[in-house]
Amino acid sequence: MRTLPVGVDALLVEVSSGEEARALHAELLRRRAEGSLAVREIVPAARTVLLDGLTDPDRLAVELALSDVPPAPAHARDVVRLPVRYDGPDLGDVAALWGVSPREVARIHADTEFSVAFCGFAPGFGYLTGLPRRYDVPRRATPRTAVPAGAVALAGPYTGVYPRSSPGGWQLIGTTDAVLWDHTRMPAALLAPGTRVRFVRVDGS
Amino acid sequence: MTDHALSVVRAGALTTVQDLGRPGHAHLGVPRSGALDPPAAALANRLAGNPTDAAVLETTLNGCTVRPRSTVTVAATGAPCRVTVDGRPAAWGAPVRVPAGALLDVGPAVSGVRTYLAVSGGVAVEPVLGSRSTDLLSGLGPPPLTDGAVLPLGRPAGLHARVDVAPQPAPPTELVLRVTLGPRDDWFSPEAVRVFTSRPYRVSPASNRIGLRTEGPTLERAVTRELPSEGMVLGAIQVPPDGRPVVFLADHPTTGGYPVIAVVRASDLPAAAQAPPGTPIRFVPVRRR
Repeated sequence: MRTLPVGVDALLVEVSSGEEARALHAELLRRRAEGSLAVREIVPAARTVLLDGLTDPDRLAVELALSDVPPAPAHARDVVRLPVRYDGPDLGDVAALWGVSPREVARIHADTEFSVAFCGFAPGFGYLTGLPRRYDVPRRATPRTAVPAGAVALAGPYTGVYPRSSPGGWQLIGTTDAVLWDHTRMPAALLAPGTRVRFVRVDGS
Repeated sequence: MTDHALSVVRAGALTTVQDLGRPGHAHLGVPRSGALDPPAAALANRLAGNPTDAAVLETTLNGCTVRPRSTVTVAATGAPCRVTVDGRPAAWGAPVRVPAGALLDVGPAVSGVRTYLAVSGGVAVEPVLGSRSTDLLSGLGPPPLTDGAVLPLGRPAGLHARVDVAPQPAPPTELVLRVTLGPRDDWFSPEAVRVFTSRPYRVSPASNRIGLRTEGPTLERAVTRELPSEGMVLGAIQVPPDGRPVVFLADHPTTGGYPVIAVVRASDLPAAAQAPPGTPIRFVPVRRR
């Protein structure tokens, strides 16, 4: 674990794997809930957790260096199931990259249990991990100017679902009608960090 | 609609509703947003007799024109500009009484970029996650003002303006931004770090509420592999592949995949919000404490 100062009142804690980042995030949330950590934002990401709005980041850096982070607790929350039609325009390209049929892409994707590693890009856009590394795919060489809301997409090691229409360079493999973000709902984001996710194939796609 | 409202006659180049923003949701991909020049917005609220968290209008370069449907107290702060009520000159940086139905014009910025217009009662659009701020990156909050739009106002708090007139910093002729290096300064060559902290930059016209873009020498990376996405703070200076530093402002993305060479002191960011394109910038390294 390495702590890097960020400006005056933030700290970036770097670990060596996504799993360690998940464990550290869980531990920091636990400390905040029990009242021993005062912080404005806890932002998990691929290999880091950012703590913003600290009163004494240097002291926390020392504390973290001296403490053990327990493994992330087993997921207590239910799995979010997202119905999906595997009808994306890039399904054929992904199949070619994986060396399988488009139907097999759908099977592999729908058989995987994902979890939300972190959010970003747009409110409610979760970066979902779970696919083995051999299924990593590059971004599109030319990003699309408009990706429709509900598009299920792949890039690098991640799966994501566009919460609203926006430009994007991910490979589109399917479509879901699930509402990913609704600020009138509690919680607004369907896919918060740590949430487990399964894609469920609909209408024979 | 009630008569506690404001009709937008001339929306201007970009006028948005802003308050203190919506911190605490960065982990869901929600930017903090809020006024880019918070001290100016807070002063406008105090002059108009509002609590400092009331929502105000933030204009960009050419002001806006509104017509309140009830008699209100207003105050314009931030970028200095000509203020008129039904064509008659009124004060900038001081409380102004505007009768119901009168035309209030906030003119183009004489210097600086963003003028803040507070109206007694505050702009009372529906809050989203506790804030009425327009967030241009993620589309949360009310859309930017359009001609003919009508904005609801809150009931005046009944506070008297606590000051009649207040000194305000002049918009910068040179933007001096104090920075602390890191967290990824070691991803750049020592020469790039030296260039960044010693050579002049300028504010690019491509700047917006998301980031202050710069023109100047490009910064060469020492580490060229891809950076896994990581959390970004307000004031982070991200260096995209073109090598030109971008200072993250209120509507910045909450995670990003380009290295952050340094972070600007929060107290220097209001000046960054008021620096028009072409303003010289110097990045001055300082100790963290």
